[in-house]
Order: sequence, then C-alpha cells, then structure tokens
Amino acid sequence: MTELVIIGGGPAGMSSAISAYENGIRDILILERDDKLGGILRQCIHNGFGLHKFKEELTGPEYAYRYEKKVKELGISVKLNTMVLEITKNKKIIASNSEDGIFEIEAKAIILAMGCRERAKGALNIAGTRPAGIYSAGTAQKLVNMKGYMPGKEVVILGSGDIGLIMARRMTLEGANVKAVCELMPYSSGLARNIEQCLNDFNIPLKLSHTVVALHGKERLTGVTIAKVDENRKPIKESYELISCDTLLLSCGLIPENELTKRIGVEISPVTNGSVVDQNRETVIEGVFSCGNVLHVHDLVDYVSEEAEIAGKGASDYIKGVNNKTVNIPISTDGKIRYTVPQIITEKKDTALYFRTSNPYRNVNINVYANDKLALSRKKQRIAPSEMEILKIDSKILEGVSKIRLELEEL
Amino acid sequence: MKRELTCIACPLGCSLTVTLEGKNILSVVGNTCPRGKEYAINECTAPKRMVTTTIRCENGELVSVKTSQPIPKEKVFEAMEIINSTIAKLPLTIGDVIIPDLFGSSVVATQCKE
Ligand code: SF4
Repeated sequence: MTELVIIGGGPAGMSSAISAYENGIRDILILERDDKLGGILRQCIHNGFGLHKFKEELTGPEYAYRYEKKVKELGISVKLNTMVLEITKNKKIIASNSEDGIFEIEAKAIILAMGCRERAKGALNIAGTRPAGIYSAGTAQKLVNMKGYMPGKEVVILGSGDIGLIMARRMTLEGANVKAVCELMPYSSGLARNIEQCLNDFNIPLKLSHTVVALHGKERLTGVTIAKVDENRKPIKESYELISCDTLLLSCGLIPENELTKRIGVEISPVTNGSVVDQNRETVIEGVFSCGNVLHVHDLVDYVSEEAEIAGKGASDYIKGVNNKTVNIPISTDGKIRYTVPQIITEKKDTALYFRTSNPYRNVNINVYANDKLALSRKKQRIAPSEMEILKIDSKILEGVSKIRLELEEL
Repeated sequence: MKRELTCIACPLGCSLTVTLEGKNILSVVGNTCPRGKEYAINECTAPKRMVTTTIRCENGELVSVKTSQPIPKEKVFEAMEIINSTIAKLPLTIGDVIIPDLFGSSVVATQCKE
C-alpha cells in the first residue's frame, strides 16, 4: 500500500507532491510517462512563467526545474517512463514500464495530474487532400524546441491560442515565413501580450473571423484557402483567398486528458471536460483528487501550481483521516460565466473560486448569490475567456446556504 | 501624438496609451503597475525584447537558452544568427553563460544538460 500516488509528473504533479510532503505525508510516488519530470513545460522554452509564484519571469524549463529540484531534495519517489493503464474505484493502479513490466499499486489516495492534449478538431472539418505538412502547434513546438527540426518554411496557423502565437514567433525567429494566423472567433483566445510580442513584432497578420476551408497539395502541402466567416461562423464564398504555404499549424485549444478518470466513474463536467471537484479538488470518489490541466485548462502555470498545492493538502488530510465536510453546496453559473472550479463546496471555509467567462466583456459586475440573495459583488473593467479569474469568498457567506450562483452583470 | 501599446511585461497585458510630443513622453495611462510605465517609455524610445531559443550542444542535442537581459529589438534576428552558429560545451547547469556578450546581454542556459 502506498499512501499517495500521483499520476503525472508535470507542474501539477510535482507541486501536489511537494504540498503533500509539506503537510506531513512521506509515502508518495509520482508516476510519469515521459523520461523526465516537467511535463509540457519542457518544451515551453519561452519566458513568462512564474511571475505570481516567484515574482520573476522564468522560462518553462526553469520553472519546472525549481519543482524538480525540490522533489529530488525531499526524496519523493518517482517512476519515469511509466504508463498508467488503469485505475480502479478502490484505488488500485495498474501501470507498466520496461523495468517492472505490468504492475499494481494500491493507494490510499490518488491525485490525477495527467494534463491535457491538443484538440485536433480543426483538422477534421477541412476539405481537400491530406498532404504532409500539417501539425498541431504543440507537436511543432516539440520538434523545433526539443529535436531541432523545423517543420516547414512557409507557415499558416489556424487558431490563435497561446501555443499558436508562441509558435508563430518561434518559427519566424528560426527563419520561417509565417504568413497569417486565422482565428474563427471575432477575438483571439490568446493573451494580449502574445499577440503583441509574437505577431505584431513581426508584422504577422491576425485574421479574426477567418478559417481555413481547403487544403491543397498532394504529397506536401502547397497552400490553403482561407475565408472570412459570418456571424454564424459560416465561410463567406466571396472572401476565399489562396495562401501558398508548406506548413499548417493547428492551435485549436486543449482538452483535459481524462480517459483514465472516466473509466472509474468520476463525474466529468461537460464544460471543463475535467472532473467535478470540491474546494479540496476531491472528485466524487473519496480519496481521488484532480488538479492542473486535467481538471480544467489553465492559461498560467502559476495557477496550476497553486491548485495542485490545494489538492496535495486535501489528499494529505484525507490520508490522515481529517474530515471537515459538513455541507454540500453546489455552485452554478449563468452561462456568461462558463464555469467555476470547484463546482461544489463541502467545507465551510474561505474558498477561492476559479472561473472563466464565455465571451470578452468590459465593465461588469461578478455577482455571487447565496440562496438567491446577493452576497458579494466584484467590479471588473475587462474580462476575457482567455484569462482565468479568481474570486475569494469568505466562509461567512456559506453560513446556512444550500446553493451558490455566479452571475455576470453587464453595466 | 498618441500611441496605443499593449504592455508585454506580464500576462495581464494592460492597454497603454502614451502621449508623445516628438520624442518626449508626456504621459502614460492604462498601466496597472509601474513596470507598465517603464515598458511604455522603453517601447517609445529604445524597444527591447528577451530572446528565448535553443543552442546546439557538442553532442548534437539542444539546450534551451535565453538572453539574460532584453536586447534591442532591431538586433533580435542578428542575435539569432550568432546563437545559431554557436555550439555549447557540456555539461551545462541552469544559468551557465554560453555567450558572454550579445548586444549588451549574455546568453545563458535555461536547462541542465549532462
Ligand atoms: S502594466 Fe503592469 S500589470 Fe499591466 S501588463 Fe504591464 S506589467 Fe502587467
């Protein structure tokens, strides 16, 4: 029996392990499928990480290294090159690697920290041939930053998520000609600073309300047809434009990687594609916790680390038999606010609600209703789906309350 | 003259409006913190950028690197050429200097490599 098994050795996994250690747990095992700790940060060689956590701007590998070093210093066990095949309801983990073969571990508590993967959706709806030269932005990032291989010379990017923007700059710096970034929506899903420093710095056009409608080329991509879309996101015929290119990168968002989670019957939110959790990041299955991008996709790794600390503490309390669950308060949203994490409150304590909106808004109030009564209102000048927001609610608000609702009021 | 900028000094990405008279900066509005003002002034006088990239190591693998300071924006491509013609000696620890002087900055490893 292992007290705590953490699945995934990226930023969430490492941070939750350290937090559990600091909360008194010693018997911890991290299972990681790659040959090193660090997860996706290993290929994110750009800077911008750690401003919240360390008050300095770090690159991805530097941010990961701080945690990796700590994990090693604390002597937390790690199994690398290890793939988890199955988790059972009674917290048995079946995994495999080339040293141990297929093996089983019984855990008192499990933290799910498997991260997310890229959505391939954009690729499937495009007409035309299937030539070489089409990559997801993250695959291109791995090729350029870890293998030193350039996927192509003339590039069009579909989707303006942060990875796509970062790759536009990265490939430009390495000598490629990035001709356009097309975004289906009328706004970008990437950070404003990335539009500035990754596109505007290099005069790369960001074509909002545009999509790729056809691919050309037999063996290798020779071009794409792009089009403007109307309010219903339908391509407008008259706007078709052919751009010659040998590479198309897809940056169409990320989805939590929850195949393992689904099989044990953890409730998955259709909005976040991650588990439904309480304030300790505990799922509906007792002793199974979730944090990081497998729970909901984050824009800042600093918040991943923060959330993983909460999960690590929650798992420690569970292992020690501490149980303060006295309530069951569901948190609902109005649709303008897309979701909150946590979705349930089970303990009467000060709780931070992480949330995202469905659209960009200016001048709004975020209103918290407790039993349909306005309990808290917070003004926001600017709010965007690409940026996660945090709202702290006081335990007093939870007194005698059976439901919480978050609404966005346009002023 | 007014210039609209997006502050890139942190992920918040505040929209800044700079009022200029010739090269003189009269005011900066829209910044949430002092770093935004500093960014706006630099951007209107001598824009600078951090460069993060990779360097080939003697064993053929890559190591991720960054400039220790932002360098003049117009020197970024020149800097890339110099970085790409450099071979890094191993082993490397985070922070090890690989190129000591590059447009007023140095280039340091952001990764450990044995
Ligand atoms: S002004 Fe300050 S808070 Fe706003 S983006 Fe710049 S550094 Fe960040």
